[in-house]
Amino acid sequence: MNDPNSAVSPLDLEAKESTFLDANELILNMGPQHPATHGVLRVILKLDGEKVLGLECIIGYLHRGVEKIAENRTYAMFNPYVDRMDYVAAVSNGLGYCEAVEKLLNVEAPPRANYIRVILAELNRIASHQLWLGTHALDIGAMTPLFYTFRDREEILKIFEKYCGARLTTHAFRIGGCQYETYDGFEQDVRKFLDFVGPKIDEYEELLTTNRIWVRRTRDVGVISGKDCIALGVTGPVLRASGVKWDLRKAQPYATYKDFDFEIPTGTNGDTYDRYLVRMAEMRQSIRIIRQAVDGIPSGPIMAKVPKVIKPPVGEIYHSIEAPKGELGYFIASDGSTQPYRVRVRPPSFVNLQALDLMCKDQLVADVIAVIGTLDIVLGEVDR
Amino acid sequence: MLNYVTSYLDKNVQVTPGQAGNLFWALVYILCVFGGVSLVVVCMNWLERKILAHMQVRIGPMRVGPHGLLQPIADALKLILKEDIIPEGADTVVFWFAPLIILLAVFSVYCVIPFGPTHAITDMNIGLLFMLGVSSLGVLGIVMAGWASNSHYPLIGALRSSAQMVSYEVAMGLAVVSAVLMTSLNAQGTGTLSMIGIVQAQQSQHVWFAFKFFPLGLIAFVVFAIAMVAETNRAPFDLPEAESELTAGFHTEYSGLRWSLFMLGEYAGMIAVSSIATTLWLGGWMRPFPNLLRAPAWDMAFSLFPALTFFGLAGLTFYGAARMAKTSFFRLQAMGLAGFGGVLGLIGLILLLPPVRTGIQDIYWFVAKIAGFLYLFIWYRATFPRYRFDQLMKVGWKVLLPVGLGVLILTAAAGVVAG
Repeated sequence: MNDPNSAVSPLDLEAKESTFLDANELILNMGPQHPATHGVLRVILKLDGEKVLGLECIIGYLHRGVEKIAENRTYAMFNPYVDRMDYVAAVSNGLGYCEAVEKLLNVEAPPRANYIRVILAELNRIASHQLWLGTHALDIGAMTPLFYTFRDREEILKIFEKYCGARLTTHAFRIGGCQYETYDGFEQDVRKFLDFVGPKIDEYEELLTTNRIWVRRTRDVGVISGKDCIALGVTGPVLRASGVKWDLRKAQPYATYKDFDFEIPTGTNGDTYDRYLVRMAEMRQSIRIIRQAVDGIPSGPIMAKVPKVIKPPVGEIYHSIEAPKGELGYFIASDGSTQPYRVRVRPPSFVNLQALDLMCKDQLVADVIAVIGTLDIVLGEVDR
Repeated sequence: MLNYVTSYLDKNVQVTPGQAGNLFWALVYILCVFGGVSLVVVCMNWLERKILAHMQVRIGPMRVGPHGLLQPIADALKLILKEDIIPEGADTVVFWFAPLIILLAVFSVYCVIPFGPTHAITDMNIGLLFMLGVSSLGVLGIVMAGWASNSHYPLIGALRSSAQMVSYEVAMGLAVVSAVLMTSLNAQGTGTLSMIGIVQAQQSQHVWFAFKFFPLGLIAFVVFAIAMVAETNRAPFDLPEAESELTAGFHTEYSGLRWSLFMLGEYAGMIAVSSIATTLWLGGWMRPFPNLLRAPAWDMAFSLFPALTFFGLAGLTFYGAARMAKTSFFRLQAMGLAGFGGVLGLIGLILLLPPVRTGIQDIYWFVAKIAGFLYLFIWYRATFPRYRFDQLMKVGWKVLLPVGLGVLILTAAAGVVAG
């Protein structure tokens, strides 16, 4: 009874059921310190040989109480905290929060600010997918893509650093627009990066897409149907790989996404290979969006008229954006004071992680690793 | 006593010390082989990191010594000084013996590896059989390590490993048999299992067995080359120690010196299987084209290769030293690197001396062929993702085994037609 989880475990860890040849099942604890759980995820596997009979996720090792912190900070002060949730895609987190508060205040960021937001958010999507690809491939045993993707992601981080001084937790946006005007040469830097990264994505694909071992390891692994995805609330590339064409950038355009021409890549089988292809295609679409945004960036102010002390009217708001990992939503309840009454984040990683059990059932131990990788979770966002 | 020692040096003695029954020279050879293999393992450690790093747009170890040349020594020192942990609940005795058994199995193989017509510890008429038998004992050490650790990850790793090694030994055996079949294509129609005999058969048939009955020999060679990667648990067949799944597989609970014994065993195993492949299919110690290019001038040209290799390495080191930053910190490093290059150049000069030159020929070509295999091992690791367990079994039983069997039958048929 020392382990508080054992009492409520759906795996019924104490029971000794007999399986084939009267052998007992093996309970394997994976994590929180394990090279392939992407941080501090703990997974308890119930195995029959190498076959997974069931699994249970235990989370909370990285819980920092971000939502509670929000209740003791002003709206502007809480802004940097959201970057620490999905630290791989900090720009998207900030974008979602700023837009939610703007909606609550009923102000709108000026067009130039919105274009800058789109450029940075899409750059961040590429960075996030690159990190996913590197770690996912490493989990499946291909070491080399990791170093290629990190090399190229570095260029994005350099642009972030030049823009706002930070590389990872950028805090790039402010409520009402952007604090910083773009630096001289920003557009050239972004264009140079786009020309540079296109061939690099081809390079990753060359290593993996037709690689026999890669295809065997990912095809028909962790299959999830579109219906199950919707039932579980799974969003993002995982949902799209199952054939559901749902992307908030098209469905409920925020920022200036309605100005841009791009496609939503979808898969058909909903397996790990399709999710891989969808994310690779998404990187290319991001390049397309950024190119249009850089070409069409208007001049003008970058900050809307926002009072020095932000005091939204009483009310509540839910605003969601398409983060690299799926639907990232912010629910903010305001009691009219300078601090939010309650902030609730709908993190894509947390919701997507629910599908792990369904996707891993009756697969092998090695597939669990592949599925954790393909879900693209960030534990900072799961635990908050 | 002195007579006993010098008797082997007689020009008329054309056999290995083991066959000549000369225990003194056998012991000297054992020490040479053991020291040599250990040295190669140390070099491999550095080379693998460097080559892997350069394939992955990194630079690899750079801090300990110039270009990280002293890194293996630093690592070895660290491993020796580390706390020796035996987990609670582990079976201490079995835990102790597991790495020793792996080492014993791997190093016993070197008894019959012919580095030259007389450069082997001994030659047995069942050499190949002995080799396969002893090397497959290694799986016992792995199972023992997995069991004795009393932990789940090592247990699963050990189970995977034993299943994998047993399956791939079948395909390996079939490939080997077709090579042995080829040795019997002589006037007497008698084949041989002796490692030296197999190389001599290739010599007398004027062809490496990899190119015999093209493409049959080549297919058998490829089957062996794939199976040997699986046999040594290297990428893409490194499931027993799949880092992302089983943390470190069967040696998860091992640390310090005992862990380094596992590593020594793994790398020595790689060299051992590479030398089997070299002996069986790539003409063992023979230099390329000994029959086509047989003029003394060619002999002379090929005998310069060892020295040229070392001169090339020395040149690379000097180039590296010259390229180093001209600051006081790097001056010492540059001097060290240049000194290392000087040693390499000196070895090259020694290898130019006529008696050394002719004596070293066999060993040089044998080691050069093994080095090619070792490079491939590193290249695989940088390129391929890892197979899943069921897919690995599928490749072993459903692809390699039928192919090996088919090649064996076809080789036999071709032998009947040719003979």
